[in-house]
Amino acid sequence: MPFNVLVLSCLAYVICLFGVAWAAERRADRGLLGILRSPLVYTLSLSIYCTAWTFYGAVGYAARSGLEFLTIYLGPTLVFIGWWWVLRKLVRIGRQQRVTSIADLISSRYGKSNLLGVIVTVIAVIAATPYIALQLQSVVLSFDVFASPSDDGFARPGTGATAIWVAAGLALFTILFGTRNLDAKEQHHGIVTAIAVEAVVKLVALLAVGGFVVWGMADGPADIVARIHASPIADWQLEPGRWAGLIFVSAAAVICLPRMFQVLVVENADERHLATASWAFPLYLFAMSLFIVPIAVMGLERLPAGSNPDMFVLTLPLAEGQGGLAMLAFLGGFSSATSMVIVESIALATMLSNHVVMPVWLRLRPAKAVSGDVRRLVLLSRRLSIVAVLALGYAYYRMSGGSTALAAIGLIAFVGVVQFLPAMVFGIFWRGATRAGAVLGLCVGFAVWAYTLFLPSFGADAVLSGQVLANGPFGLSWLRPRAMFWVDGMDPLLHALFWSLVLNTATFLIGSILTFPGPVERMQGAAFVRVFDATGTGARGWTRGRAEPEQLLVMAQRILGDDDALAFFEAEAKGQGKAGYLPDPTPEFMARLERRLAGSVGAATAHAMMSQLAGRATVTVEELMAVASEAAQIMEYSARLESQQGELTRTARQLREANEKLTQLSVQKDAFLSQISHELRTPMTSIRAFSEILTEGDLPPMMVANYGRIIHDEAKRLTRLLDDLLDLSVLENGTVQLNLGLANLSQMIDRALASASHTKPERDFVITRDLPMENLFIRTDADRLSQVFINLISNARKYCDATAPELKIAVRQRLGRVTIDFIDNGSGIPKVSQALVFEKFARLSDQTRAGGAGLGLAICREVMANLGGTITYLPGQGGGAFRVTVPLRLDRKAA
Amino acid sequence: MSSQVLLIEDEPNISEAIRFILSRDGCDVTALTDGSAAMDHVRAHRPDLVILDLMLPGISGLDILVALRADPETHNLPVLMLTAKGQGRDREAAERAGVSRFMTKPFSNDDMRAAVRALTAR
Repeated sequence: MPFNVLVLSCLAYVICLFGVAWAAERRADRGLLGILRSPLVYTLSLSIYCTAWTFYGAVGYAARSGLEFLTIYLGPTLVFIGWWWVLRKLVRIGRQQRVTSIADLISSRYGKSNLLGVIVTVIAVIAATPYIALQLQSVVLSFDVFASPSDDGFARPGTGATAIWVAAGLALFTILFGTRNLDAKEQHHGIVTAIAVEAVVKLVALLAVGGFVVWGMADGPADIVARIHASPIADWQLEPGRWAGLIFVSAAAVICLPRMFQVLVVENADERHLATASWAFPLYLFAMSLFIVPIAVMGLERLPAGSNPDMFVLTLPLAEGQGGLAMLAFLGGFSSATSMVIVESIALATMLSNHVVMPVWLRLRPAKAVSGDVRRLVLLSRRLSIVAVLALGYAYYRMSGGSTALAAIGLIAFVGVVQFLPAMVFGIFWRGATRAGAVLGLCVGFAVWAYTLFLPSFGADAVLSGQVLANGPFGLSWLRPRAMFWVDGMDPLLHALFWSLVLNTATFLIGSILTFPGPVERMQGAAFVRVFDATGTGARGWTRGRAEPEQLLVMAQRILGDDDALAFFEAEAKGQGKAGYLPDPTPEFMARLERRLAGSVGAATAHAMMSQLAGRATVTVEELMAVASEAAQIMEYSARLESQQGELTRTARQLREANEKLTQLSVQKDAFLSQISHELRTPMTSIRAFSEILTEGDLPPMMVANYGRIIHDEAKRLTRLLDDLLDLSVLENGTVQLNLGLANLSQMIDRALASASHTKPERDFVITRDLPMENLFIRTDADRLSQVFINLISNARKYCDATAPELKIAVRQRLGRVTIDFIDNGSGIPKVSQALVFEKFARLSDQTRAGGAGLGLAICREVMANLGGTITYLPGQGGGAFRVTVPLRLDRKAA
Repeated sequence: MSSQVLLIEDEPNISEAIRFILSRDGCDVTALTDGSAAMDHVRAHRPDLVILDLMLPGISGLDILVALRADPETHNLPVLMLTAKGQGRDREAAERAGVSRFMTKPFSNDDMRAAVRALTAR
């Protein structure tokens, strides 16, 4: 196929992607996110895990080492299916803290340490550079495979030139869509959509080639299985150690790779998408790996010995004369390479610009930290970083000469990024993890990785001399790069993985145990570890709002852009209930602003910039961090004190309330005793006085009889009072025995009227009754209910002050309850006293003595409570009016 | 001349008992059931002694005592106060208001007679 056609196809494909990305951005700008932010797109974007290494290299891997290539798919599958809760925690933290990259995550977790940010960035760049080179190499190789047979006089550029064009093109694409928005957390809709499209292209391409191999070249699945049995791939031997190691590496890498972190956490729009991805992504991996072995077997069988197995996916269709299929396969590989490079360079550029360029610039120009146009500067630094990352990849590609097998480079990179694992996993699950531990672990792990795996990969005498490789530095045999501590004969990859991770984790743990976290670190640690507990913003150290809102706005405008900053400030001001664009610099607002800025320039830088404005001092980032730490410490202590104080206040209030209640009870008890005393002493006074008078003798018989009757009456009154008191006590304690049975209401009222007719003053009373309504049977304690009726009727007789007294008794039945109203035509009970009538001894003092002790209505209330009913005063009836409500059927004693 | 006694007591039986005891002892007893007419009666009839129940409907015995002591004409008028509540607090309040004698119900007729004699002997 002519080279120029190939180039044109590539260009057309890229323009296509460009169109997709552009359309997606347009939709996003208009707020039509819909499909752009669906679980499907999220899952497809995760497929950047499958790079050109997977697309081309897996077949090569299978051809060389049999089924071992599966480990690279098994690791992520295990993580997504079994460990999705770790991913969920990462995503939640990422969203809550507006994390922009894995470097930002680790830096932010350990007290916004910029040192850690730099370390992670450096490791990530170094580990990713060969990986990017690998992608360039695969594109160049595939170009070569395609273009070499043709000889149409078209001057074909050298491989180096192809690579540089590819690198430049990718840089341009990435800059155009990766740095359109400054806030990395605002997410790259265009890029993600384009990557999703590329994911489909590479899957379709690989499946098409696989389908062609199985059904076009072989005679279907049965035939291909037979061929696999016959081929050397079937002779593979399982090496448990290597398999376990590789599965572990790929599982860890799927979390630690900067590009995976980018799509998994930073570009995540909705935590729930993770649920879909947890089964859909393994499914995608399964589909990608389905035809690897058939293609490898067929390639080994059909293609001449010495063909590069990494290119079987391309060369097989070409050898079979399937130009169109080969073209599709080529585009699939091209997709794999480009999508990886684009996302990786965005992720690395964000890290470089936020953790290296910005802090350096801040330190160089601390006095004018926010005077320039930071937004433009950040964008520029990010664009330059993208170019730098691709340039590094290209340089590595030229230096290494493109010789190493694809899979080997990929695995070296994997082991490199896996060094982030201890700092990350301990960081989100263990509050005791400290900055010192993280720095130590990362540096040691990185050094061991570089020394045992990365540097030796260049070959003897390239970086490490053959002498060092064979005998160790200075002849120290225990330091030989391939046999550390005399562990000899181990697979180099496993050897490197084992020692780098063991030493990394060990130093991390020792460092964490031996050092104490600073205040910011402690708070961040708590925020990360307990991300699911806390919904609030958490204390972030902005204790005093000394910054001027105008200055903050100016700074925010320069970082976020005018529109975004103004919108943010307006929303914040509105939240505080203020009009305009200038909210009060409250700690909460400052914390939110810092997080918002952190989305653009990283947590450490944002914190430093805010500190400069809040403190107005020209100090270094470290000094500012120290100040912030102290402030944070004070903040934490004061928050703790505050909570203790709050607890004390609560306890004190409870005690005060309990005391008030006790005092009130005591007052009530005193009043009750005083009342009882009065009620007992009054009749006794009469009895004593008159009995003494009678004893003294010398009285006319009329008076003797009269005084004797008074003594008798008062003794009866005394007895009645004692009876009432006992009755009330039994009723109040709930120890009363109810005698339940069916009784006719009409008869009960008859009985009550008869009993009350002797009440003094005896006078004519007109009683109005509704006999048909009364004629119903109630299951209740008839004696107790009659007692209530008697009380009410005699009260009416005693207190009704009308000249022609009348009492109306009205009965209604509704919803299983019966109401009986007793309404007289007197002056009723004054409004102020209505609430009191049911209290003990509440006899209204204006009323004349009528023989009762003032316990009648209190007893009525208790009786009704025991009968599951109520008694209330009915206001507004033009007279004294009481309503008794009682259940039609009382089955058991009410509480 | 017999002593003029004004009795203010809302319990009719107790009022009758006191009236009988003191009448037989030679006093001229006027009985009222509440305090509303008490001050007018004192000004009009100038009794030698006022016997007050502490708990009266409407104006309380203590209110009447305070009013008596506030008026220069009745400032020194002997007042015997009765109560059925029997709480130290009431006695203290009455003594602060300037009561001449304080008695708790029930009382013995002898005590009542002795107290009235003492208070009216001038």
